[in-house]
Amino acid sequence: MSFLFALALMAGLAVLLGAVLGWAAIKFKVDEDPLVDKIDAVLPQTQCGQCGYPGCKPYATAIANDEAPINQCPPGGTDGIHKLAELLGKEFIPFDDGGGAAEKPRAVAVIREDVCIGCTLCIQACPVDAIVGAAKQLHTVIESECTGCELCIAPCPVDCIDMVVVGENVNTWKWRYPVIQLKQVH
Amino acid sequence: MNAQIFPFHGGVHPPEMKDLSNRSPIVAMPIPARLSIPLQQSIGNIAQPLVSVGERVLKGQMLAAANGNISAAVHAPTSGQVIALDAQAVAHPSGLTQSCLTLASDGLDEWIAREKFDWRAAMQRGDAKAIREYVQNMGVVGQGGAVFPSHLKLISREPLDTLIINGAECEPYITCDDRLMRERAIEIVAGIAIVRQLLNAKQVLIGIEDNKPEAIEALRTALMGCGFSAQVVVVPTLYPSGGAKQLIKLLTNIEVPSGVRSTDLGVQCFNVATIYSIYAALEHAEPVISRVVTLTGNVEKPCNVEALIGTPIDDLLKFAGLKSPSDCIYGGPMMGFTLPSTQVGLTKAGNCIIAMDAANFPEKPREMPCIRCGECAVACPQELQPMDLYWFARSKNFGKAQERNLFDCIECGACAYVCPSSIQLVDYYRFAKSEIWDAERAKKSADTARERHEFKQFREEREKEEKAARLAARAAGQSVSARAAPKPPVGEVAATEASVAPIADGDDKAAKIRAAMARAAAAKGETPASSAAAPAIDADKAAKIKAAMAAAAAKKAAANTPAAHNPTDVAGAGLPQDTVAKPAIDEEKAAKIRAAMAAAAAKKAAKVAGETAPVVEPVIAGVENPVEAVVEKPAMDEEKAAKIRAAMAAAAAKKAAKAAQSDKDAQ
Ligand code: SF4
Ligand code: SF4
Ligand code: SF4
Ligand code: SF4
Repeated sequence: MSFLFALALMAGLAVLLGAVLGWAAIKFKVDEDPLVDKIDAVLPQTQCGQCGYPGCKPYATAIANDEAPINQCPPGGTDGIHKLAELLGKEFIPFDDGGGAAEKPRAVAVIREDVCIGCTLCIQACPVDAIVGAAKQLHTVIESECTGCELCIAPCPVDCIDMVVVGENVNTWKWRYPVIQLKQVH
Repeated sequence: MNAQIFPFHGGVHPPEMKDLSNRSPIVAMPIPARLSIPLQQSIGNIAQPLVSVGERVLKGQMLAAANGNISAAVHAPTSGQVIALDAQAVAHPSGLTQSCLTLASDGLDEWIAREKFDWRAAMQRGDAKAIREYVQNMGVVGQGGAVFPSHLKLISREPLDTLIINGAECEPYITCDDRLMRERAIEIVAGIAIVRQLLNAKQVLIGIEDNKPEAIEALRTALMGCGFSAQVVVVPTLYPSGGAKQLIKLLTNIEVPSGVRSTDLGVQCFNVATIYSIYAALEHAEPVISRVVTLTGNVEKPCNVEALIGTPIDDLLKFAGLKSPSDCIYGGPMMGFTLPSTQVGLTKAGNCIIAMDAANFPEKPREMPCIRCGECAVACPQELQPMDLYWFARSKNFGKAQERNLFDCIECGACAYVCPSSIQLVDYYRFAKSEIWDAERAKKSADTARERHEFKQFREEREKEEKAARLAARAAGQSVSARAAPKPPVGEVAATEASVAPIADGDDKAAKIRAAMARAAAAKGETPASSAAAPAIDADKAAKIKAAMAAAAAKKAAANTPAAHNPTDVAGAGLPQDTVAKPAIDEEKAAKIRAAMAAAAAKKAAKVAGETAPVVEPVIAGVENPVEAVVEKPAMDEEKAAKIRAAMAAAAAKKAAKAAQSDKDAQ
């Protein structure tokens, strides 16, 4: 009798706890994968699609699902790969040779204003709304918001958008890594 | 009768080298012919220029206004003409350029009309804000080297416990504060009285190192009978006793913990030169247009000169008699940096210029590995572990370095001074700090980019929904005549100059481009490659292809067409001509495309206006952008809008045609 009772009790408990767990899974469901957000936080948010995904978040999702290698983001640079490797506990892998994915200096788009016909195509292409303008009006790029993704270059029917490399200025200049002098060989 | 002092940890005592220059009184430097005045002369935002090239300015006239709270104004040091406003080399270790105003002095040194500011009345009104603004507009910044805008330090919510006046001047070679205290003690004391009153300070302590007995004497004399109690505290000569934290500890025994501002502990620190500037600004309405600077080292007559801000360093060195060409240090030998060029102008931060001679500045010995002797930790006045910081900075382990309070390091160089392995420790700290700052900047811009991208996605989604809703509404109200159709919702329209010309929807625009291209092709007598309404191809793509085609056609046409008299007659009759200069072709082509587009648009708009009121679909262009004022535009009467549009387009077409014509004529 007591054996049956114990069995029933256990079964009952199992059902109850199962229900609680099930309820908790629904109630406390995490909408977004925290890993995706963490990866997304490391990506440079250029939204350029050079990784083969339509933006940084989709690439982050692909990495989180182990569908993409971590060396596909050129704007992130080698540093970015290092950060991803550290975050995911993976081995560092360099950019593919010949894959076209390589580091580039930071650049911003500049519209040649005398050529712009005001077609608004670049506005629609810009992932971060860094271009202001209206139909048949001059368009211009807000430099501080441009991520340098180059997505506005191709749509321009009159090819009036150039990428201009942003140099350092006094306020963004970095001290160089102190040169380690080599031993003199006599 | 000296007050008690409380030694700080560490410190070093390098050769003082002050007797080179401390015996020569301050002399006024002659007005240079050309002054190069950087617009950024304080921490924070770069000042915004108020004058234009060619303008004549008077001495003391504001050349650039403070931009935001953490910024300070810049003034004309003498009268003359602004001859350039461009990027020029500035006194910065990078050797990079920055916006500078170049002033050609006229030698008249003519002051602008000055109006004295009655700060006492403002004080009585309790209008501390007006005083701070005035100080900011006078361009007063910390002249000890940090160039922190002084008005930010004149804020006090409650009475300040201790006001500390920093006359320590602990770095070797520098004697400008020493001379200033000796020669202008009365003014300094008057300045102290002002600041003391502004901050409602209970106690005033003036810290001066014991190697400046004359300055101590001068200030003590000036303080007698000044009407308030202030004490000159003599501190032992030990570098870096002039560091804010070190001086505070010396005089008050208060240790300012990491990440805490001294103000929160009831202590505020001002350099004597800054005090003098505050005095000159509030009592004589004199902005900061000059400063005392020590010229020393490898020069004939080391001295202290009162030089105008913007005076080229070259002129200063010539004045002091540079013995032989040598690199120069801007600032002191411990915390200064080697000037990349001596063409740069003096800034408000420039307290000392040292021409380096081989004897006192031998080549730096080769770095040896760290032997972890701990000497650096003994010397560090900030009680850090320099060897650990070095290790982490060197291995680029910036997180760890930050954990060990890298940002508490004041870059005093005491550690590098004592290091038996001759490691240039400070270089590593500077490197690590700038890497960390850069990473933070990158993170910030990535965050804004993410936000903006997400907003754009959200906006596109919303637009789609709105469009669907509109279509549904239109389908429902099909029977109603077009004229009576409800006005389209004008939710957000990108404001700005586009207000008159309603923004065309993507399809609308694509159609216009297509129409223009078709016309261009037709006018040339070619068969259009595809019918104007190519339904199979995505509208955007079609437009692009057509645009490219039309561009090619236009170019071709331009190459053998003398003129396009009529915008609709883009290609014109093919009269062969000699080769035309290429830029001209491009321009002409662009003008023609524009003309064709405008004409097509005009025609279409006119037609539409004649038949039915067009449905204007607003396109939002960067509405969420903060710089763009977003204006809710009332829905304009459709017919009127269409007419205006037609008129505008026609005008544009005419203008473009004329431009094309005149271009042609010019050739
Ligand atoms: S390649 Fe471009 S879109 Fe892809 S993750 Fe990098 S920045 Fe984002
Ligand atoms: S302006 Fe061009 S390059 Fe810059 S973010 Fe927008 S689409 Fe990319
Ligand atoms: S003084 Fe130099 S050698 Fe000694 S522990 Fe510090 S860094 Fe290392
Ligand atoms: S430079 Fe930095 S680490 Fe070195 S002694 Fe000065 S405060 Fe300490």
